[in-house]
This record gives sequence, structure tokens and C-alpha cells, in this order.
Amino acid sequence: MRTQLVMLSVLSLTRLHVAASFELLAGECIAIQGPSGAGKSLLLRAIADLDPNEGTVTLDGIVRETMPAPIWRRQVTYVAPEPGWWADTVQENFAKWEDALPLVEQLGLPAGCGAWNVQRLSSGEKQRLGLARALALRSRVLLLDEPTSALDEKTTCLVEAIVAECRSTGTGVIWCTHDGLQARRVASRVFVMSGGRMEESFA
Amino acid sequence: MSYIRLEYSELALPALLVVMSGVCSIALQLGLERQLAVAAVRMSVQLILVGYVLTFLFAVASPFWTAAAAVVMVAFAGHEIVARQKRRLEAIWMYGLGAGSMVLAAGTVTSLALLTQLRPDPWYHPRYSLPLFGMILGNTMTGISLGLDVLMTGAVRDRLAVEARLALGQTRRQALLPVTRDALRNGFMPIINSMAATGVVSLPGMMTGQILAGVEPGDAVKYQLLIMFLIAGGTGLGTLAAVIGGAHLLTDARHRLRLERIISEGGVKETQS
Repeated sequence: MRTQLVMLSVLSLTRLHVAASFELLAGECIAIQGPSGAGKSLLLRAIADLDPNEGTVTLDGIVRETMPAPIWRRQVTYVAPEPGWWADTVQENFAKWEDALPLVEQLGLPAGCGAWNVQRLSSGEKQRLGLARALALRSRVLLLDEPTSALDEKTTCLVEAIVAECRSTGTGVIWCTHDGLQARRVASRVFVMSGGRMEESFA
Repeated sequence: MSYIRLEYSELALPALLVVMSGVCSIALQLGLERQLAVAAVRMSVQLILVGYVLTFLFAVASPFWTAAAAVVMVAFAGHEIVARQKRRLEAIWMYGLGAGSMVLAAGTVTSLALLTQLRPDPWYHPRYSLPLFGMILGNTMTGISLGLDVLMTGAVRDRLAVEARLALGQTRRQALLPVTRDALRNGFMPIINSMAATGVVSLPGMMTGQILAGVEPGDAVKYQLLIMFLIAGGTGLGTLAAVIGGAHLLTDARHRLRLERIISEGGVKETQS
């Protein structure tokens, strides 16, 4: 009864030169691998409906367009490789800092970092805080765009562990990475993207 | 009222001052002499023509011709708004947005003044309506073009922040709030500054004109106050309408940031990666 478990269904989704169709099961992580410029970010952004796109995307059988875009994005959340900041201190950039604090600490940052100035953060700290901010939403599906590109080996492990924890509670994950080893490590299925097309890789 | 009449021939001497500036430009190799000459000639021709046009309009005092003059003024001001932007939307949208906001703001404020304060007979008498409309239009235009410029530049500069908020499920209004606030502040700034400085640093042109034309300073001041209040109201209304409209056009119904709708100076589209 595999179909009952399908959480996110992407059918003939197209954005510019990128086209994709696949299904994501509850608690599953699929990795999308490919060189930069292959269209990985375009695909994730299109699923989150951040760019104009065509095709049918459903969550638990409900068509994306039947709900307001902000509601959709709180359930199917895109996490950019370089997070954006709109306020001076770290905690002002969070909807509810208290909710995110355990995640922030789990990602190896001190509890006091809420008062830090965003300008002072390293790119690795920014990336982890951006991830914590998105995880705090407790979305059904996470669209992770190179979430460890600015991180060292140790913090990469922390990120992989925290995402695995989310999966155990049923969160679906689409993880884009250029790192083939990471793709094999985090995902149950690996797709390779080249020239805007996705193909499952059984290597 | 008595005033000293000027003849066109008497303007030759003051015009020499412009020539003097041109000579400075040549001597110091500023390269401004051509622009200066064109601007001075253009101004003279425009003003002389407008003198004849106004004489005609005042003589006929017809609602049709008054409205036609207002339409021409809005058309030029709309063009000016498009021309002043470094980054802008497709010309047709920008023009519509600028001209629409100006008509809304300047039209409302001028009508208010004509119908409740000045009450000329007929109420649209061009001697009152056109100068008022023109002054309000000119100032509203400045507010709108500044506001839109800051809005477009800010949306491009703060794209990551705006998109981060959208991705976290905020609405387009919430996501663009810091940028729209910044744009509104910039649009309001000139009129706030000029209200603060008026009478101390500068004597406004209109008031000076009235005084030179023989009006008692006290009466000229009252007119100036009226104009300043109208300008402040018009600028506020126009800038608000333009910035909110502009923010709307920069996003779509699915709460996406549509930066590809912005064209940079030189016709290059903002690319979306």
C-alpha cells in the first residue's frame, strides 16, 4: 500500500529548463545530486512556489493552488543555502525565538547567540541559524538547498543528525547536494540532475 | 496692487548671468556648457509658451480646456517619473503607476482646496485650479519618484531577506514591509525638510512671486501655508499609493517576489537565478 504513504507528489513540474516528476513518502529523504547550474535550486524553489512554474504539486493529496501560498510554504519549506536577514539581532529574525532555541543549541550554537548582531555571524553560523529558523516551523516537507555548504565536518554531522530526527517524526526531506557521499549517507533514494532532468541513480 | 512690470528686453542682462556660468564651465573644463545652454533655452521657450497658454486658458475659462491642460501636465509628470528611475518596472506599468498615483493625490487635494477653501467662481477657474494643481503635482512627483526608486532598489538589494520571509510562510506584505517603510520615509522626506526650512532658510518661490507682484506679505504667507499643507497632503497620499501599488506589482497573487519585472538602467532585466 505504498500510495497511502505518499506525502508530496510532484507531477510534470516545469520551471525554465527544469522538469521533474516524483513522489516523496512520509519520513523519506531523497537526495538530488548534480553540478551547480543543473537546476537543483530552481526545482526546490518551484516546489515551494517561490517562482512561477507549471505542473501539479500535492501534499497529502491536496493541490497546492487550493491553499494560499504562505500556508503552503509553512508546510513545504524551502531552506536557501544563504539565508536572508531582515533585522539586526539574531532573535529578531525568528518568529518565536524560544521555539527555535533547542534547535539552535542542538546545532552547536550557544543559547546567548540570540542577542548577537547578524553582521557578526560567520557564514557557517548563518547557515545553521537559517536551518534552525526553518526547522522551528515543523513543516511537513523540508526542501534543503545545500544546507551544509558552509559547514565543517563536525557541524555537518550535527545537521545530518537533526534532519534524521525530523524524518523519524514523519517529515519528508528533499536534500540537494553536490556531494555524492553525503547524498548516499542521508537519503534512501538518490536522483541525479543534469540539464534540468532528474534521473534516479542506483549506483 | 502695484508692481513693477518687466519687459522681455529687460531680461537680457540677467540672462548674461547664465552665460557667465557657461564661461566658467568652459574655463574649468566642466563640460556643462552645452547642457546649461540647452536647459536655459528650453526653460525660456517653455515659460514663454506657458504664459501664452495660461493667458488663453484664463480668457476662455472653459472646463474642457482646463481639464485638457491638467491632462497634459500629468502626462509630462508621468514621463518624468519613468525617466528618473534607475531600476523600474516595464515603462507602461511604471507610467500607469506614477500617473495614477499623481492624479489620485493631486486631484483629490486640489479639488478639496478649490471646493472648501478658495471657492472661486466657477470652482474649476483655471487661474486658481491650474497653478495649484501644478505646484501639488510637481511636489507629489518628487515624492513618488523617490519612493518608487527606493522601493525598486531596496527590493533588489534585500532580495535574500524578502525571499527568506516568503519561504518561511510570511505574506508579501509582511515580507516587503522594511523595504516599503524605507521607500515611504524617503518619499516623505523632501516635504518634511522643506516645511522645516521654509521661512527661515528659504522664502518659497510662490510667496516671493506674490510679494513681488504687490501682495501684502501677510496675505502671501496665508497662501503659502495653504499650498504647503496641500503639498504635504498630496505627497503623502501620492507616495503611499505609488509605493503600495509598486510593492503589489513587484509580487504576485501567489506571494512571490517577481524581480524579473524590474528593468535596470540600460534595459537589462534583473535576472532570477
